[in-house]
Amino acid sequence: MSGKLKLKAAFISLMMLAIFLGAWHLATQPKESAVQAATDSEYAAMMGKGKEQSGFPAPAKVGHAFVEYLADPFYDKGPNDKGIGIQIAHSLGRVAVGFLLAVAVALPVGFMIGMSPLLFQAFNPFIQVLKPISPLAWMPLALYSLKDSDISGIFVIFICSIWPMLINTAFGVASVRRDWINVARTLEVNPLRKAFLVILPAAAPTILTGMRISMGIAWLVIVAAEMLVGGTGIGYFVWNEWNNLALPNVIFAVVMIGIVGMILDLFFGWLQKLVTYRE
Amino acid sequence: MSTHFLSVENLKKVFPPTNGVANLPVFEDIHFHIDKGEFVCIIGHSGCGKTTILNVLAGLDEASAGEAFMDGREVRGPSLDRGVVFQSHALMPWMSVLGNVAFAVKSKWPDWSQEKINEHCTRYLEMVGLGHAIHKKPAELSGGMKQRVGIARAFAIQPKMLLLDEPFGALDALTRGTIQDELLKIVQATHQTVFMITHDVDEAILLADKILLMSNGPHAKIAEIVEVTMPRSRTRSGIHHDPQYYMIRNHLVDFLVNRSKTYAGAEAEMFHDAKNPPVVRPGLDGELAPVLTLTAEKPAAQALKHVVNQ
Repeated sequence: MSGKLKLKAAFISLMMLAIFLGAWHLATQPKESAVQAATDSEYAAMMGKGKEQSGFPAPAKVGHAFVEYLADPFYDKGPNDKGIGIQIAHSLGRVAVGFLLAVAVALPVGFMIGMSPLLFQAFNPFIQVLKPISPLAWMPLALYSLKDSDISGIFVIFICSIWPMLINTAFGVASVRRDWINVARTLEVNPLRKAFLVILPAAAPTILTGMRISMGIAWLVIVAAEMLVGGTGIGYFVWNEWNNLALPNVIFAVVMIGIVGMILDLFFGWLQKLVTYRE
Repeated sequence: MSTHFLSVENLKKVFPPTNGVANLPVFEDIHFHIDKGEFVCIIGHSGCGKTTILNVLAGLDEASAGEAFMDGREVRGPSLDRGVVFQSHALMPWMSVLGNVAFAVKSKWPDWSQEKINEHCTRYLEMVGLGHAIHKKPAELSGGMKQRVGIARAFAIQPKMLLLDEPFGALDALTRGTIQDELLKIVQATHQTVFMITHDVDEAILLADKILLMSNGPHAKIAEIVEVTMPRSRTRSGIHHDPQYYMIRNHLVDFLVNRSKTYAGAEAEMFHDAKNPPVVRPGLDGELAPVLTLTAEKPAAQALKHVVNQ
């Protein structure tokens, strides 16, 4: 039954895609007006109105970009011409480092403030002030103090992915069922065992939710950060192609960003499922 | 007082003031003792502080005054010497049934090998009739089975004393019956010392050697100690053929419905010594049980409506 539903949904999705692509195709058809035909084609080309030129790239052209880039994703022809695979790998590398650093800080600190209402109160004003700051607003400070665009990018990922994880970890730890804690207490379980065998598994679904949100934000931010700092990465690729006015490539990159983001989210969704328990 | 295995002296609990208004003590002047191998039930209306008393004995809560001694030592903080079965079973849902029991066993005997732990746990799980379900997750079990795991977990650490907080409260009558039978069998075999909260008069008579009756809170006290004088080899199916059964049952119901609220105030103190609450044997003495005659006439029909057959 649900298989049938999935099939139907997939069919409708494909139909929507087809309609969208068709509309796009029709909208970007070169229009040959009578006036244009009459005038000198060279002049028209000069004015940017010729038959060759089209404002927005047609889907076929974008498709061509897809084929071209996906056929050879890992070539490297100098700083401004690298395959999409290499660019994405750079971005993912930065995200991974920044994200893991954030995990390394957010989990222990979140654990600590989740266990202690006093620390929670003490940390809360800082968290509330720092949380809403746009990650990119940190960029000038990071660039000035770290003096390295690569590290600054990582720092921005770190600073933006830390808050959801910190808050969710603290919340998850603080709201572990009283009964489970009491069981551990009556069994005289030592603090380390209690932390890893009772509190961590109990809070894991909440913590993973925080991680999933963080990862989503990190992937959003890396594109913007790379546009600013340049050099490598999918964000830089978008910016570079925009400077080249190669819109088909930009569209291609935008779609790739979406797909990679989706894969990351699916991965964390899968992790979340692994640690979720049924009561 | 160290002659008894467990003795509770002068226990009192006052919750901290709410919005600056001081709270009345939930209970005070609680004195009782339990001997080794005894099964003691405590019965009383909601709000008389039964669970707080149990939590104090478990070391999970602190009394405002008074102390409890077990085996000659003061009860201070939780201990592996006292196993607790929680009302809500409190199993860790991410561990299997075996894992839950093994967690407890490993806490008690950290240097046991994995096989020894598993073998030990399996034995206790078989004892509660769950040998077939040891690898299941708690979520796959029925309420009764979960509570059995909780019982197996508490027994598996072989505590000196077992504390049960209304363990069958959330179960349907049929399941409750079977588990009561199992508990009865295990306790008869192991001579475990047990302190149990219950709301169920029949359950108390079936299981207990001694039933503590608590008066209503605030200022709740131990009103009476009822000795269940029927032979220890009771069964759920045979117990109601014993003539003592109804005498005890009537006495308990009568207390809960009519007398439980008459122990507060100065007038009751003239008749009632909380330090040495009267021990009664309604099964043998029948109607000779002491009754607070002065105030017993007060509760009228309206009071009867409140509590019918707790």
